[in-house]
Amino acid sequence: MTGTTLFDKIWDSHVVSSIEDGPNVLYIDRHFIHEVTSPQAFNGLKERGAKVARPNQVIATPDHNIPTIDQHLTIHDELSRHQVETLKKNCEENGITMYGLNHPYNGIVHVVGPELGITQPGMTIVCGDSHTSTHGAFGSIAFGIGTSEVEMTLTTQCIMQPKPKSMRINIEGELGKGVTSKDIILYIISKISTGGGTGYFVEFAGSAIRSLSMEARMTVCNMSIEMGARGGMIAPDEVTFDYIKGREQAPKGEQWDKAVAHWKSLCTEADAQFDKELHFDAADIEPMITYGTNPGMGAKVCGTIPTMDDIEASSQNTFRKSMDYMGFEPGDVLEGKNVDYVFVGSCTNGRIEDLRAFVDAVKGKKKADHVTAWIVPGSKQVEKQAIEEGLKEALEASGFELRQPGCSACLAMNDDKIPEGKYAVSTSNRNFEGRQGPGSRTLLASPLTAAAAAITGVITDPRSIIN
Amino acid sequence: MSIDKFVSLNSTVVPLPIENVDTDQIIPARFLKATTKEGFGDNLFFDWRYDKAGQPKADFVLNNPKYSGQVIVAGKNFGSGSSREHAAWAIAGYGFKVVVSSFFADIFRGNSLNNGVLPVQVTDAFLAKIFSTVEADANSEVKIDLENQTITIIASGETESFEINAYKKSCLLNGYDDIDYLISLKDKIEAWEAQAVKF
Repeated sequence: MTGTTLFDKIWDSHVVSSIEDGPNVLYIDRHFIHEVTSPQAFNGLKERGAKVARPNQVIATPDHNIPTIDQHLTIHDELSRHQVETLKKNCEENGITMYGLNHPYNGIVHVVGPELGITQPGMTIVCGDSHTSTHGAFGSIAFGIGTSEVEMTLTTQCIMQPKPKSMRINIEGELGKGVTSKDIILYIISKISTGGGTGYFVEFAGSAIRSLSMEARMTVCNMSIEMGARGGMIAPDEVTFDYIKGREQAPKGEQWDKAVAHWKSLCTEADAQFDKELHFDAADIEPMITYGTNPGMGAKVCGTIPTMDDIEASSQNTFRKSMDYMGFEPGDVLEGKNVDYVFVGSCTNGRIEDLRAFVDAVKGKKKADHVTAWIVPGSKQVEKQAIEEGLKEALEASGFELRQPGCSACLAMNDDKIPEGKYAVSTSNRNFEGRQGPGSRTLLASPLTAAAAAITGVITDPRSIIN
Repeated sequence: MSIDKFVSLNSTVVPLPIENVDTDQIIPARFLKATTKEGFGDNLFFDWRYDKAGQPKADFVLNNPKYSGQVIVAGKNFGSGSSREHAAWAIAGYGFKVVVSSFFADIFRGNSLNNGVLPVQVTDAFLAKIFSTVEADANSEVKIDLENQTITIIASGETESFEINAYKKSCLLNGYDDIDYLISLKDKIEAWEAQAVKF
């Protein structure tokens, strides 16, 4: 008998029922919803004449469609406004708490959950959004679902899921100067590809992961979907408990002690077996940037784009198409390439530490004249904190502006779109064709690499601008 | 409530020999603002299908009158990226019943099955054979038999079997969806809640 994994402990304890040769019926502790993937689920519920089973376990916040300036005014785009209003109406009719536009807790759903202490170790968490994997940083099983599954969860607080295979990715050693958790995850995806984790739920482990702050851990888990994994998770430890303690919805008093005692049992046992295990050395990781049209197409900022000879024959057409879209040539040197836009924000890198890192890097320097920069906090609370800490002032002194919270330029559903043909260094999570606007060209990187590009106006190794 | 039944299908195919087709290509985010499931088929592959003026691009396969059918065949890692079920609604809304690829992203696979669209995963070699058969003759058909879990290239008779879990197979064969089943488990769900660890 081998030991149990962290994943198995949480999954198995949430199985309500199993179907032979089929999926498990999995109980869901917390269900986050936003305006884009929930309306059809509420329609289905209504058509069935059903009610939301556990409204107290559902939390709503609009984020994808909202503008990041003048939030006190109405949303100008009619369809966006209708979708946000539909969420409000559905929440009111069903007794669901919603942090609407201008509410002090509004923000990107994956920033809001953790900062309010709603996300806790040992929970099962779903949302109709693939970046729900973010919450796995707390040692929870968190994953994105489709709208049919949103409807299942609203109706019964359960979903049907085949149990995924298990993978552990170990990163040992110390990270070098200028290397962030964003670089860790871009590095891993560049090594195993966007399909490398498909079919698996991943536990991230090792000394390099343990050394990360909660916010940095969230960045790693956030992008586990970009390697195809169902989700990513990190065992909870003192860093996790310190982060949660005192937050609005964290357990209090005796309940806190009881919770921590339980959370401490949530770890993978020493002799547990995984279906797949990978090892990386932190010392091999350098600041990363993507050059293509999926998150697996990443390289060292100081490196080059692969040549055609590096690409498998069967993938060369797809690679060529990607290079044509980006306006790059195989083998190109990345440093020195022109940058038109810089976007700092999103559920990947829109937290206070990300803004602090960006500000530290640009302090005393000026934004390059030709660069348009959008610095977007992940939530109202992050925005408030950035103002209180003087980050807004510091940004303005360097020629930047702090916008209001939302998903912003990550996915071009609101007004923040990168124009056709323009290059954007973005701290978000996807560089697909048209992701940031029709014809936009996205280069994914860390807040530090974004800062370096914003100052110099070209792709720049961040180690050359930080102290 | 139910999904469309799927038993077997003979159809010509629409070839899309591109790898890593992500859900932002299948249905770009700016088309996700609807609050119903209808109409997404019109915007399927919008940015590959139409130019800036909204005119069909002649070189994209959906605009090529040579190719038609209820089966789309694509390169490996189809449906990666966002969890948007709108991608499955767009594919179903356009009229496709089957997607064939040599590898599917997990969430897309689940979303397809929940909308009566069958993902058929074949080997890279079989995928290449379908592409070459269709390139030689755009009218050649494939047969997908869900009961026997096989896909056949009619012209050559070459057949490969594909995997699908028994539960999902029975849902498709009978047109059942998951929610009715979950609702029937009400007592079990409440019993689970009664024993759960709470703080």
